[in-house]
Amino acid sequence: MLRYIARRVLQMIGVMFALSLLIFAWLRALPGGPVDALLGERATPERRAALRKVLGLDQPLPVQYLKFLDNAAHGNFGVSSAVQPGTDAMQVFLTRLPATMELTGVAIVLALATGIPLGYLAAKRHGGIFDNLGVLLSLVGVAVPVFFLAFVLKQYFAVDWQLLPLNGRQNPDLNATRVTGFFILDGILTREFDASWDAFLHLILPGVALATIPFAVVFRITRASVLDVLDEDFVRTAEAKGLTRQVIRRRHVLRNALLPVVTTIGLQVGGLLTGAVLTETVFSIAGLGDAMNLAFQQKDFSVLQVLIVMAATTYVVVNLLVDIAYAYIDPRVRTR
Amino acid sequence: MTVSRKAAAVVVFSAAALSLSACAKSDRGSGTSGSGGAGGNSDATLTFAAAGAPSTFDPFYASDGETFRITRQLFEGLVSFKPGTADLAPGLATSWNSSKDGKTWTFKLRTGVKFSDGTPFNAAAVCKNFERMDNQNDAGQSAAEYWATNMIGFKKSKDDLFQGCTAKGDAEVELKLLRATSKFPALLGLSSFSMQSPTAMDKYKANNISAQGEGFAYSEYAKSRPTGTGPFTFSSYDVANKTVTLVRNDNYWGDKAKVKKLVFQIIPDATQRKQALLAGQIDGYDLPAPVDWDSLKKAGMNLEVRPAFNILYLGLNAKKNPALKDLKVRQALYYAINREQLVKSQLPDGASVATQFYPKTVDGYSDGVTKYNYDPNKAKDLLKQAGQSNLTIDFWYPSEVSRPYMPDPQAIFQAIKGDWEKVGVKVKPVTKPWAGGYITGTQGGAAPAYLMGWTGDYNTPDNFLGSFFGSTKGQMDTGAYPWGTTLASDLAKDDSIVDPTQRTAAYKKLNEQIMSQWLPGLPISSSPPAVVFGKGVSGVVASPLTAEDFSTAVKK
Repeated sequence: MLRYIARRVLQMIGVMFALSLLIFAWLRALPGGPVDALLGERATPERRAALRKVLGLDQPLPVQYLKFLDNAAHGNFGVSSAVQPGTDAMQVFLTRLPATMELTGVAIVLALATGIPLGYLAAKRHGGIFDNLGVLLSLVGVAVPVFFLAFVLKQYFAVDWQLLPLNGRQNPDLNATRVTGFFILDGILTREFDASWDAFLHLILPGVALATIPFAVVFRITRASVLDVLDEDFVRTAEAKGLTRQVIRRRHVLRNALLPVVTTIGLQVGGLLTGAVLTETVFSIAGLGDAMNLAFQQKDFSVLQVLIVMAATTYVVVNLLVDIAYAYIDPRVRTR
Repeated sequence: MTVSRKAAAVVVFSAAALSLSACAKSDRGSGTSGSGGAGGNSDATLTFAAAGAPSTFDPFYASDGETFRITRQLFEGLVSFKPGTADLAPGLATSWNSSKDGKTWTFKLRTGVKFSDGTPFNAAAVCKNFERMDNQNDAGQSAAEYWATNMIGFKKSKDDLFQGCTAKGDAEVELKLLRATSKFPALLGLSSFSMQSPTAMDKYKANNISAQGEGFAYSEYAKSRPTGTGPFTFSSYDVANKTVTLVRNDNYWGDKAKVKKLVFQIIPDATQRKQALLAGQIDGYDLPAPVDWDSLKKAGMNLEVRPAFNILYLGLNAKKNPALKDLKVRQALYYAINREQLVKSQLPDGASVATQFYPKTVDGYSDGVTKYNYDPNKAKDLLKQAGQSNLTIDFWYPSEVSRPYMPDPQAIFQAIKGDWEKVGVKVKPVTKPWAGGYITGTQGGAAPAYLMGWTGDYNTPDNFLGSFFGSTKGQMDTGAYPWGTTLASDLAKDDSIVDPTQRTAAYKKLNEQIMSQWLPGLPISSSPPAVVFGKGVSGVVASPLTAEDFSTAVKK
């Protein structure tokens, strides 16, 4: 197992290095750049040229890349020119990571908490009205674009009925204390429970919007997987042994049926990060997705580089964790 | 085994939670945790949506509106502008006068004023500020866009307009300039030239700016310690929640702010800002889209339309398309545009057709300039005379942007393209994202015809004309014409006329000459931008310079 993990970590370093090179070259091939964002439309060509020189953007690309690697090796990833001007790009990533983790965490919990039981129930009542309704709902979940759903949710729940907050992470008037950057946790740690509650309320609409696709996937996989497992010989054997239905379902059916669901969660993380770009933008949440969108629009090279490399790393790490979880759930994997 | 694993997990989690909670304690003080107006007007919090993050809190290094909106509440300059106009008014200086040659300016300072850290505002503080601005390292010189463009150079540069500051006692200061300029003293009303506390700047090393990667790394002062004399003081920048919080300066020398807290919440998307206002989550936002004006008014919002102080023009570059070197071609292109129709159909109420390169409110505006009223037949004739009946032109317009002078660039482009095609001009559209190649391309001289504009910083003709044609290598590349150098030198000459009456007359004449003999570009329109507030908010006077003072805001 240890050797397996070591190999995956080495792969990860290779991926990061190759990605950084690709991103670096790709960004600089795009028209425009940080000089436009920093100086706007007013500056003269002379002023632009002077700034390019000061920032080292007039150097040949390989020289710029080597300088970037040298700085990165010293923990300096460049400074944001637009997303959070003046802040180290890695700091931008770290400041915004908790928001995305909170949001994707809520979305995953929502998707699992609804997708697994509903998928299981649908399989149990295979072919019935509940099953058909569930399948229809999951189709809608996959088909409706996140930004459209977000817009509808906001319009009704926040603007028309004013039941939930419209956007952001927390009411700024609460003047909440920051500890970890996870607003719900911070409120609990500092006993500012109203701040925790407010942060939770802010997560409901974006959480629901982001959870729709993973919900649909989890629902369908659970349903299909339970149907498969119910037909397996060992279930019949268990029944023949005289085990109760409850025990069979909990110990044998569900546990085996969950294996593909766990794999799916790992794959869904990539999808969630993509969804977070849209959801955070639509709900104005200061997370990584929002940063990615702003950085791309305003050509904030430093931030884009760090975000893309870190997103890829997160994806690889999550999948590594899924593989480990897989081994934990299914002892057969460990012995292979 | 399973039980012990679970127990271990619970123990580890509990220990982690306990240790974190031991370190964490609530920082919520008694002071500023307002209740958003529950305690009456003076305890209210005003939340205004910003479209982007501020670049810094030190206005000297800034050149963007999002930063200036915040710093204007924290800092004041020697001069200011009368609310609702672009006219000069006393600021931290109560009066001023210049020597006959216009090179020496004496300012009488307001007495009894203190910076929010208790440092007295006096002549020594003023000189310290100017000397700091003039003395910048390479990164500082690159970042300080307004000083570079208005003062031309920095210390040791032969073009540096600023030649020194002398304190004459505590309440009088003398500034020396390299030459007379019409920009003085109006430019001192710019937020970039605000007075900042010398004590705080020294303590938090305000001049420590460096270029790192593709951006600037600012000092602690610029990030979290801005200290001015304004009606609000800086409280916090909560990056994780995208909010900047200012609190009332209870020791302010003038009328105290009517709200206790002023929060700027960053909401980059325009549709979301509108939704947030309608949902009551924010109290106002800037630049509502003209298509939303009616619906916002119908919903009971207070829409304040600013006087138009901008210009939209169609830039031309004869170096990229030699056919444009012929005045007849440029005139034909101008006659072919139905600007009346364009203003009516594409721009908000209150917009007007432009006849010269700045709006009517700016000194030196001439009613006697050559008018180019819509006349497609004349346009065709002129093209024929020039031998350009089959003219083809690349016409650039930006995407991913909306500017006060150009709310919908694509619609404006389509209108002009249609007009040009009617007179036989073939138009090749070129579109690029605003920050993704459009600015670089147009400013770098790559576009033969393009949409661009300008919002005035203060009321002087040079702020408009000087920016467009002051250099022959500017965005319209007037160096391509035989008269480009004459235009630039005439501008410099007019800018240095000391007597305001003579100067205004000179600019009138120059405007007439530009529009009849030279026509380097085609002025299209001036549009009034708006700012909108929620139902219970009043008292903010809309400024043509978008320099609103939020201390007068009243929230019910």
